Amino acid sequence: MNFSCSLRNDVYQFDSVKDVLAKASEEKSGDTMSGIGANSSLERMAAKYVLSEIHLKDIYENPVIPYDTDEITRLIYDDMSQPIYNEISSWTVGELREYILSHTTTGSDLKRLSRGLTSEMISGVAKLMSSIDLVLASQKMKHQAHCNTTIGEPGRLAFRCQPNHPIDNPSGILASMKEGLSYGSGDAVIGINPNNEAVESVREILSMSHEFIQKWGIPTQNCVLAHITTQMKALEKGSPVDLMFQSLAGTQLANEDFGVSKEILDEGYILMKAKGTSTGPNFFYFETGQGSEVSLDAHLGVDMQTLEARTYGYARHWNPFMVNNVSGFIGPETLYDGKQMIRCDLEDLFMGKLHNLPMGIAPTYTNHMNSDQNDQEIAGMLTTVAGANFYMGVPGGDDVMLSYQDTSFHDDASLREMLGLRPLRDFEKWLEEMGIMENGRLTKAAGDLSIFD
Amino acid sequence: MNIEQIVKEVIKEMEVEARSETKKRSNNKTREFVYSAEKRVTVDSPVNQDSIELAQSQTPARIGIGHSGTRMKTKNYLDFRIDHAAAQDAVMKDVSTSVLKEMKLPNLSSKASSMEEYLMNLDVGRSLDENSVEWLKENGVKGKQVQIIISDGLSSTGIEETVPDLLPALIQGLEGKGITIGVPVFIRKSRVWIQDEVARLVDCDLVVSLIGERPGLATSKSISAYLIYRPNENSVEADRTVFSNIHSGGVPPIEAGAYLSDVIEEMLNYQASGVKYSQMK
Repeated sequence: MNFSCSLRNDVYQFDSVKDVLAKASEEKSGDTMSGIGANSSLERMAAKYVLSEIHLKDIYENPVIPYDTDEITRLIYDDMSQPIYNEISSWTVGELREYILSHTTTGSDLKRLSRGLTSEMISGVAKLMSSIDLVLASQKMKHQAHCNTTIGEPGRLAFRCQPNHPIDNPSGILASMKEGLSYGSGDAVIGINPNNEAVESVREILSMSHEFIQKWGIPTQNCVLAHITTQMKALEKGSPVDLMFQSLAGTQLANEDFGVSKEILDEGYILMKAKGTSTGPNFFYFETGQGSEVSLDAHLGVDMQTLEARTYGYARHWNPFMVNNVSGFIGPETLYDGKQMIRCDLEDLFMGKLHNLPMGIAPTYTNHMNSDQNDQEIAGMLTTVAGANFYMGVPGGDDVMLSYQDTSFHDDASLREMLGLRPLRDFEKWLEEMGIMENGRLTKAAGDLSIFD
Repeated sequence: MNIEQIVKEVIKEMEVEARSETKKRSNNKTREFVYSAEKRVTVDSPVNQDSIELAQSQTPARIGIGHSGTRMKTKNYLDFRIDHAAAQDAVMKDVSTSVLKEMKLPNLSSKASSMEEYLMNLDVGRSLDENSVEWLKENGVKGKQVQIIISDGLSSTGIEETVPDLLPALIQGLEGKGITIGVPVFIRKSRVWIQDEVARLVDCDLVVSLIGERPGLATSKSISAYLIYRPNENSVEADRTVFSNIHSGGVPPIEAGAYLSDVIEEMLNYQASGVKYSQMK
């Protein structure tokens, strides 16, 4: 399907829906490097105009990666609701935007709509939305999930305590874990990225975190973010796993690079139901982010934002407890600066929510990109206003194992207090019992890890 | 007086004051400030100061720093910003040629012609420039079991500080096991995947890249080792095994060299790397 658009004094040509989607994206260095982004500002606007006028049916009939060659495309199409799609297939993408933003469209309307949309449609509509559009639309959608605790209730904001250590020193991990909890961070999960992927080492961290949670009666879940097959091995050997982690991407090719497939995820899910230590029914913690397919040279000519949407279309099959977006983790070759990172965070939160996912955001930057703490804090505030379910919590914002910056325990507490948000219900009670929180604010005793002596 | 006059008067007065300020300052001695980054407990009236000190000694993470409201204290905030500034500057530095000479490493290059190009275009860092291909064809020792590559990656400091200890330990470990090694090479502005091209050119069984990691705030001298067994067109990322955080504050370089040689021996036996290797173990 070809498209042509006369705009001002020029005619712009697009050779496919995929091409329109790519050129309609806001500028990002990863799309530029792949040679698929718009070549000028007006070409970008021509693509946006074409996109606003084409019908959802056009997108449905032209998936960016064919059904036959990609299991992500297959899962997205097989899982969607045909009757709901039929109701809306004649809408233009522009009309979809207006429906989403209309005063009369509620969160539960969007929950239903979501089941009739492919990920490419969701990506497309986000390309027609500005920052405020994305925030307002995101505010309408709040999705809950349950592992040991319930995440996503209105008025509540959760955090992953991320106590990583460069060489997995258990007492070092424990020290950061105590620090995080003393700031009220850790109700989403206590999740450790292991430096050593060996099963025995992963098992040690799983046991250590589980025992600490038991000892102090903390209403949360543990997770060690090793490769899913390593976690499955640990689980089979009897290790306590509350939440199972995996990174996902938006093409089958990239997921093969990650060593993950539908088959493996299905196996992991079944194993969690049978042997996991948590209540469920939501057992997965997925991480995603714009640009991973570009880094792996597995983007297949599709823009980063659309691939991110497809990742959500794939992820929702397993009803995860958390989906965390880490756009900004890779570097300037995918997101050049703070502006591009902030835009991604807003797009991804919206797109994840429109996939009915319990979304969280990790506004991050690495030291080789043109971004700093100020950009990160802006992204954190905007996505909190937009109603993210959770953020990460890193000591002083500096992850000493992964070498990047993420939201700090201090930022976590600040984002809650700034907007009057509370920790997850049971966790808040625990914080009050520990004397860390009172009436939704940190007490003077907060921030002192020696309360766990 | 009308408003305009008042404003003029005020500005005039301010100018006079500003001049006298400057004069006063220039008459004074320079005030000197020396920044120091020592780690200390800045929690207000903690339950147990000693246990926070102990915790701080167990991790380089920024813990035991206290807070003002929900925010960081001023000095801790500035520590963080200073470390970030240093890390940003470190990315742009090149590896010193004297270090390469000391380690007797041939100095090859990727196709990246500038730091900007290297950062923004992954492909150029993933293949060798023509001269380097020629050099390897002529001087690379072919058909050995292991080929070692040193890549600057995103941390020249990592190469300068960590490789001089790591490389001899790795070579010694491998030689002790009777494993044959080609000529180790340094490749400027290179990324991990360049190892596939090198492996093909020298026809080795296993290639290991020691590559500078992107600098963190806690350290800018960390490097990673990426290993792959017989890479080919069908290789995927999950076929690579990675060991990260090799530096004096993480996995000590000498220890890492010994450990890597054990792993390499196993991979050669299993004829596999990455997830395949982990599952066979």
